[in-house]
Amino acid sequence: MIQAVMVISTQAKPRLLKFYNFQPPEKHQDLVRGVFQLLSARPDSVSNFVEVDAIFGPGTKMVYKHLATLYFVFVFDSSENELAMLDLVQVFVETLDRCFKNVCELDIVFNFNKLHTILDEMILGGQVIETSSEQIMKSVEEIARLEKQSSTTSLIPKSISERFSR
Amino acid sequence: MASAPPAPAPAHTAGPSLVDTLFQRSLDDLVKSLRSDPSAAGESAAVARALSEIHREIRAPDAATKAVALQKLTYLSSLHFAPVASHPLAFPAIELLASPSLPHKRLAYLAASLSLHPASLSLLPLATHQLHKDLSPSASAAAAHRHVSALALQLLGSPAAAAAPDLAVHLAHDLVPHLSRGSPRAIAAAARVIAGAPSAAVPVLFKPLAACLASPDPRASTAAAAAFCDLAAPPADAAPFLPLAPDLYTLLTTSRSNWALIKVLKLFARLAPLESRLAARIVDPVCQLLTRSAAMSLTFECIRTVLTALPAHDAAVRLAIGKAKEFLAAADDPNLRYLGLLALGMLGPAYATAVNDCRDVIAQSLGDADSNIRREALHLMMGMVDENNIMDIASMLVSHAAKSDPEFANDILGVVLAACGRNVYELVADFDWYALLLTDMARSLHCAQGDEIGRQLVDVGLRVQDARSELVRAARTLLIDPALLGNHFLCPVLSAAAWISGEYAELTKDPVELVEALLQPRTSLLPMSVRAVYVHAVFKVLTFCLSVYVEKLGDSNKEVDVVFDGLAIDQTASGESKVTLGSAEEQDIRASAVRKDPFSHESMLYMINLIETTVGPLVECNEVEVQERAHNLIGFVHLVRDIQELNQKKVADDDKQSRVKELVKTMRTVFCQELGPVSVTAQMKVASPDGLDLNENLVELADVVSEDDTTPSTSIFFYPRSRDSVETRDEPAVSIGSSSLSEHRKRHGIFYLPTGNTEDEQSDYPHVNDTLPSCSNATVYGDNSKTIEPVFAGKKSKSTKSRPKVVKLDGEDFLSSMMATANALKEDPLSGALRGVLLGRDAKASSSQKALDVNSEAIPNLMGTNESSSQQIEYLGSHPTSSSRTSMRQNHDKEKGTNPPESDAKQSRKHRSSGRSGHRQGKHKHRERSSTQPDIVPQAPVIQDFLL
Repeated sequence: MIQAVMVISTQAKPRLLKFYNFQPPEKHQDLVRGVFQLLSARPDSVSNFVEVDAIFGPGTKMVYKHLATLYFVFVFDSSENELAMLDLVQVFVETLDRCFKNVCELDIVFNFNKLHTILDEMILGGQVIETSSEQIMKSVEEIARLEKQSSTTSLIPKSISERFSR
Repeated sequence: MASAPPAPAPAHTAGPSLVDTLFQRSLDDLVKSLRSDPSAAGESAAVARALSEIHREIRAPDAATKAVALQKLTYLSSLHFAPVASHPLAFPAIELLASPSLPHKRLAYLAASLSLHPASLSLLPLATHQLHKDLSPSASAAAAHRHVSALALQLLGSPAAAAAPDLAVHLAHDLVPHLSRGSPRAIAAAARVIAGAPSAAVPVLFKPLAACLASPDPRASTAAAAAFCDLAAPPADAAPFLPLAPDLYTLLTTSRSNWALIKVLKLFARLAPLESRLAARIVDPVCQLLTRSAAMSLTFECIRTVLTALPAHDAAVRLAIGKAKEFLAAADDPNLRYLGLLALGMLGPAYATAVNDCRDVIAQSLGDADSNIRREALHLMMGMVDENNIMDIASMLVSHAAKSDPEFANDILGVVLAACGRNVYELVADFDWYALLLTDMARSLHCAQGDEIGRQLVDVGLRVQDARSELVRAARTLLIDPALLGNHFLCPVLSAAAWISGEYAELTKDPVELVEALLQPRTSLLPMSVRAVYVHAVFKVLTFCLSVYVEKLGDSNKEVDVVFDGLAIDQTASGESKVTLGSAEEQDIRASAVRKDPFSHESMLYMINLIETTVGPLVECNEVEVQERAHNLIGFVHLVRDIQELNQKKVADDDKQSRVKELVKTMRTVFCQELGPVSVTAQMKVASPDGLDLNENLVELADVVSEDDTTPSTSIFFYPRSRDSVETRDEPAVSIGSSSLSEHRKRHGIFYLPTGNTEDEQSDYPHVNDTLPSCSNATVYGDNSKTIEPVFAGKKSKSTKSRPKVVKLDGEDFLSSMMATANALKEDPLSGALRGVLLGRDAKASSSQKALDVNSEAIPNLMGTNESSSQQIEYLGSHPTSSSRTSMRQNHDKEKGTNPPESDAKQSRKHRSSGRSGHRQGKHKHRERSSTQPDIVPQAPVIQDFLL
């Protein structure tokens, strides 16, 4: 399964953290620091895989992409295929790019909730549930539409709002 | 992606103002304020301020205010590591779960899934009802509801919920309708629920989940394959998933989704070892995928499956190796090269030639910019090592280490040391080469492996007699290099080199040079513990030189006079004026004379003077170790000179000469005894016999123990060498044991070591030395030492010289190989069961052995001697039985009183053979272990006939 998804800036600031195995909150900062140290030590144009047994336990690896000022990191165990995970990082980045139209770090900084929405459409409980960025986009747009609808109708009793949304 | 533009100007950075209290700050405002001051202090201040603000807002009765506060708190706890435990995050989150407003609900679900953790789980049951409601099919199958149930599934799949088994029990049934619809979300959530609470969730969820495997919807079957793959992951047992094989097989042959195929292949790789018929069944479809697939991920998964799970299918393995080589050849993609190396690393020893074919590529990869690739290449290199190519590979790697960055260089040195030292230097045939390699490694630029190199230098010296002259030569090159003295990583190496050259001083070509090297000025840079070794080494070398010198002079008494007259003159000279001694000119002349013959009169004088001037100051050293040894050395030098003073008093020549000889010989014997390796498990082998309670109160023994302390310790370091050293060792105990000690011995014989002469008579070497300080209280000797003969006698013809004897203690190799197999078996889910079975067998063996033990004691007359019975016992039991062996021998000794010498010899021979048989038994057990695996298989759930 996928153990964690992280987006970390090149300034070592976390931009998105999601753990699919329970990690005590007080450990999160150490995990981010450990991962960042590994990443920053790697030169460009080397392989995208790093073994992270020391940080996430035996058999774990991470795959990362370094794009502009961000590292996109997926941590996974022996139940995932390395190259498939690399593809998944690509899907995630593509989806972000589509959602934000040329995504940059600021989009990610200011769209905490939307980022989680996108990620949740892709991965649930460490399992990949959707791999098509188009499909993910559609779902995210629909959620946005529903939310808008819901916030305009939130003052109207529930029965009526349900009738509207039908 | 564009790089981030500079942060926008903060909206308002002033402290809490009226505006702040009237108009709540949104998350965006919070982010802006956090970015306004990027310094750590500024950020933490902003976080603290925001937290106090949120603390106030979150208690607001208004849901909108509460929701925004919750959102900000979630953000802070997730990305700024704000300590949320002090804030009641869980409660408002659960409160808002029930909100009719979809955005609020979403925020609440996000907060709950991100920040709920076991500490706050007591609150989770409060959410159970809401989750139940959100999951259950409502009358309105609207998009909104689908979205809500998706959120609920998300929370169920989050790690917080997985830790709350109650939730799984209550909500498992609600998942079933979602599963039957084939929702990938529900499938993924079900997998987490099952993993979190197997006993409650499996009866409800397993069947619907298994049905999804056969679903016509590819998204459902893919998700189900992934779910099962996750559930069967290593720490768990894959056996319960065997009945799914038919559905998985269908997926394997029909699915077009690479994701699904990867997961199915992973599952089969875990199932194939459990069911022997599976491998034959899947090998064809896997090979088809391997040849057909264009996706690298799937190709790699096929390679992995074939190499790990189908090693018996030669054609498939060849195909996979071919593909792996294609990966290796991908010049522009480091990912593929890395995975290619990874794949080769999975090959078993049967395909070592295939790895060997790629040796050039692998060797090239050692210099890759990518540390992953370098590490894998190193791993593969070491995997290739055997006794034929170890010299090439190790030399190549060590020369490569000189060119690498420090970290990788040390990785290389570490693995080379580990590989060569494995199983008591099993792979090393030429120890002269190895001694040189060790020194090369020590001199390597970034070497930080001094501890291990030093340890191996000494260890080789102790174990391999034939390597000692080369070791001494190697030690010399290390000692005479003043540049090495400043490198603190090398201190253990230099310490080992000094010890070697002192211990084996008789092999040194030029002792004078050695003494000079050991006393060179830069030795002051060494830590005190190493200096102590240096001083002691000088002592040993000097003793050796004097003994040779005295022997040379043995023929003519007159010369002795001359010598010691010379000494006297020199002493007065050095005493009167240091200038004479210190004058460089004179020293040069002396040194040149000394070079010609290291055992000449001049050499002795030169050495003694050198020692006095350089070691003399150390007598006042703060460090006791150095001080003591310096005292020893200086004391010895003075003794030699005192005899000379006797000469001046006109004592008879004979007397004088005999005194000199006596002194030098005595000192020589002090250092003569061979030191041997001691098994790390020596103490463990003195196992407690049956009926001994180690926790028994020993207060009553207090008087006996105090008397015990007066007996000379058996671990005196300076022990004169003699043929019958073993007997003398026991003497004190026997002679002193007049009353209480012998009584004590009688009562607590089990604590004593066997008194018999266990040293093998004919083998002067190897000695397993019991006088090493490291085993001062556990002296296990003789019986467990043996010499391994070269195991590869057939290939030996290749090398010009035969492999020297390597002293090996019984148990060392056995233990290490046991550990290796234990590690290897850890991957195997069956290991636990297997180990249980084996332990049961061990227990049985020892109990039957106990029975035999009783028998043999009850009817000793039926057996010819005790020996045959004890031998029988030793064959039955493994290591722990050695205790009964000892006690039996004790009885035996007591009965007979003194052992006739020939029975002694027989016994010791028998011991050797039994030791070896124990070893063989250990190996046999390995075979048993691996052979039990197929026996287990039929017990696994029988697979449906459809597949077979």
